[in-house]
Amino acid sequence: MPVLETPSTYAEKLAEYDAGMQALVAEIRGVTVPAATGASNMGRRSFLKKAVFAGGGLALLFTLDTRRARAAEGEAPEPHAETTTLNAFVRIAPDNTVTLYSKGPEIGQGIKTAFALIIAEELDADWKTVVVEQAPVNPKVYGSQSAGGSTSIPRGWDQLRQAGATARAMLIGAAAKQWGVPAAECTASESVVTHKPSGRRLTYGAVATAAAKEEVPDAKTLPLKARADYKLMGKRIGGVDNAKIVTGKPIFGIDVQMPGMVYANYTKCPAIGGKVKSANLDEIRKLPGVVDAFLLDGTGNPAEVMPGVAIIGQNTWAVFKAKAALKVEWDETGASQDSLTAAAAKAKEISAKPPTPQTNTGDVDAAFASGAKVVEASYEYAMVSHQQLEPENSTGWWHDGVMELWTPSQTADRGISQVAKLLGIAEEKVTIHQMRAGGGFGRRLSNDYLCEAAAIAMKVKGPVKLQWMREDDFAYDFFRAPGFHYLKGAVDKSGKLTAFQNHLVSFTAGGDRPVSGGGRSNNSFPTDMAPSTRYAVSLMPLKIPCGSMRAPTDNTQMWVAGSFLHELSVAAGRDHVEFLLEWINRPLAPVEAGRGGEGRIGFDPKRAAGVLKLAAEKAGWGKKLSPGQGMGIAFSFAYGGHVAEAVELSVDEKKKITIHNIVAVADIGPVVNMSSAENQVQGGIIDGLSTVMGLEIEVEKGRIQQTNFDGYPILRMKAAPKVEVHFIQSDFRPSGLGEPCLPPLAPALGNAIFAATGQRVRTMPFKRAGYSI
Amino acid sequence: MPPYKLNINKKTVSVDAVDDMPLLWVLRDVLDLKGTKYGCGVSECGACTVLIDGRSVRSCQIAVSEAQGAITTIEGLAENGKLHVVQQTWVDLDVAQCGYCQGGQILSAVALLTAHPQPTDAEIDTGMSHNLCRCATYNRIREAIHHAAGMKSAAKGDAHAGA
Repeated sequence: MPVLETPSTYAEKLAEYDAGMQALVAEIRGVTVPAATGASNMGRRSFLKKAVFAGGGLALLFTLDTRRARAAEGEAPEPHAETTTLNAFVRIAPDNTVTLYSKGPEIGQGIKTAFALIIAEELDADWKTVVVEQAPVNPKVYGSQSAGGSTSIPRGWDQLRQAGATARAMLIGAAAKQWGVPAAECTASESVVTHKPSGRRLTYGAVATAAAKEEVPDAKTLPLKARADYKLMGKRIGGVDNAKIVTGKPIFGIDVQMPGMVYANYTKCPAIGGKVKSANLDEIRKLPGVVDAFLLDGTGNPAEVMPGVAIIGQNTWAVFKAKAALKVEWDETGASQDSLTAAAAKAKEISAKPPTPQTNTGDVDAAFASGAKVVEASYEYAMVSHQQLEPENSTGWWHDGVMELWTPSQTADRGISQVAKLLGIAEEKVTIHQMRAGGGFGRRLSNDYLCEAAAIAMKVKGPVKLQWMREDDFAYDFFRAPGFHYLKGAVDKSGKLTAFQNHLVSFTAGGDRPVSGGGRSNNSFPTDMAPSTRYAVSLMPLKIPCGSMRAPTDNTQMWVAGSFLHELSVAAGRDHVEFLLEWINRPLAPVEAGRGGEGRIGFDPKRAAGVLKLAAEKAGWGKKLSPGQGMGIAFSFAYGGHVAEAVELSVDEKKKITIHNIVAVADIGPVVNMSSAENQVQGGIIDGLSTVMGLEIEVEKGRIQQTNFDGYPILRMKAAPKVEVHFIQSDFRPSGLGEPCLPPLAPALGNAIFAATGQRVRTMPFKRAGYSI
Repeated sequence: MPPYKLNINKKTVSVDAVDDMPLLWVLRDVLDLKGTKYGCGVSECGACTVLIDGRSVRSCQIAVSEAQGAITTIEGLAENGKLHVVQQTWVDLDVAQCGYCQGGQILSAVALLTAHPQPTDAEIDTGMSHNLCRCATYNRIREAIHHAAGMKSAAKGDAHAGA
């Protein structure tokens, strides 16, 4: 039975959650993955075992229980007796089928295909016979298995290339031994080893068993391919699960089905932090199709289990109907009573006074005093919600002293210790299966629904699927924090930016720093906007939990910065691209983001100028536009990617926007898969457009006012513009692409509206200012 | 709670379910056809789209007691193991990101192409705006519909093939 902690106050638990999320983000964005966790460490002892060693450590690794869950199609199948495992990522069958294991969560970013491509490239596998399976969740073997911060590619880059290269070397070594020739005379291509002098050939399938007996080479001694030699990476490769997706195969978390499975929903206080005083459980239990109804105290941590009511039923509909009949009296002592309208008024009050504390670079007051033009403006943005299309769910089964879970989480690896702690069992007694996720966007960095499923499964006989309603997803998100910026900038007589002041009024979860996703990240570009810069942050308390949303911090900060830079260039009477290029090229404090492996991906003025110039060129920057039309451009460096975007649009007298063209240029180093990279940029930009135009979460009395998509108009086909995508490929370490393409859209859009109308939009979503699309 | 006879993917099936259970949950929980997705439950997102007599409808809004006609789910679109031209185009153009909405998108596209074999962008906008794609793969969906229209007309020997 669950051993749940006695809840402390919600405020304490909220602060605990927020600190945990900030630590997670720092860890995801900042931790270097040493090469030692890569293939060089994938030694014989830990991994290199043939499947014939049934019952051994490796066999166990690959027999995580998919027998019972036929829905878990994405997972590792039972190893065929004759297949050979070369390391934790590569298995080869006698018929030359190469099975590659994707270690991370697929949330729509295309990582299952990309990870396999990186391995296959160095393995010289024949892509036509590659099968990609979801790896078991086992961070002790695989290292990080989270998806967030666009770090999957940079963090996996060395490890996966080395996994492919070491397996390739072992296959070549085995073939060379069989032929009695030096390995150096052999080469490999498309899953075949060739002895060059004699032309003899052996398929990978034919030598795999022998290869498994080869010494695992030190990955550092193996040359990795140069970009010019790539055969797979950079091409347009279709997603490996496409056939399953278009035929409706059960691959998502929500699709898990097991014999005897029951269904659950969990109801929490509409004002987060509230506890159950009483509930009509007896009535609920009598409803048709209902199996049980019970209370959970929870831990009080919003990322674990909040107090609430679980309803268990024979099918989802029975549970949802019973939820509608559920009557709970809540104790809202200590619960959220937040009002965002009150917060907006309070922010204005705060902004009237000089902010403390401040951080100053240079003599800011002197720089303002000597400015030729001084501009002041205030910007504000709303709270928004993730709303990935697959509502939260997880399936749990408490059996044989083991908690077995199936989940679409972005951080299933962290879920193991979280669930173990929650239930008071050993981590070895928690098994988690990674399911495909119907979207993530940062929402699934938190494992609340996974923890709820585990806590409920402890009280239910047999497997149980927890299914949230869409309304639950609205009520219990980790929202993108709203914020208010009070800005002042100065340019000198030559039109150069000389001074900048940014007073951010944000929120706190109880500490002395902004809520997760609500402040300025140390990794955000620019760290210092001008030679003389002043930053100040004022904080207001907020009990609604905030978290990471696609391009956290940059998704709002770059809108503010990119729009205000345009205000300054307009005030200076300068061409904005020229102004930006000058601004980019001045000396800046070092910025790092999205680092991974041994290298770090830092801001590079040359890469920045490269994407900006190409975006201007492709968009026809400076061309003559008709009255009512305008073009805007913006640059950002976020999550390791240098990206510039230009928007060309018209605005009519009713403030209806028609977008004619959007051009995006990204430098993320080498592109792993051109097809999904292009799709990712187009999607990220339209996601950005959707958010900046029309999305807002309102909060009154601690209650989220939006309950479903009818009150939250995510952009649809009819408003989706065509997005033209260009990449500047380079030999820098690759960056991820989930986030970097999103931040420049909002400032480019706002700047284009200004160019078309002379009106500056300083509130997000733009619908607040009367604009529509 | 009489057993309801439904015509799903060219088979008649008998379903024991309460009369107000939406077709969505009948398909998913009773018949184990998981391709039809739950997204909102209020006819806003289109993830639960199925075809009834060729028309695209939201299965979350149709009670099992009212589910008359020939129902086609995403699992029933391919024939004899051969993907429908729209499914094949979705694969060829690598439309999906997370893929959660795409079954519904494909069925809406099939219905659209039945009504408008050579749809304009405006017709695509109207025909597809019931279906949300949170990953915003709209550029690819539009391209795929035009592509599928070309392939369909090519298969029929239409003079406008590929236009």
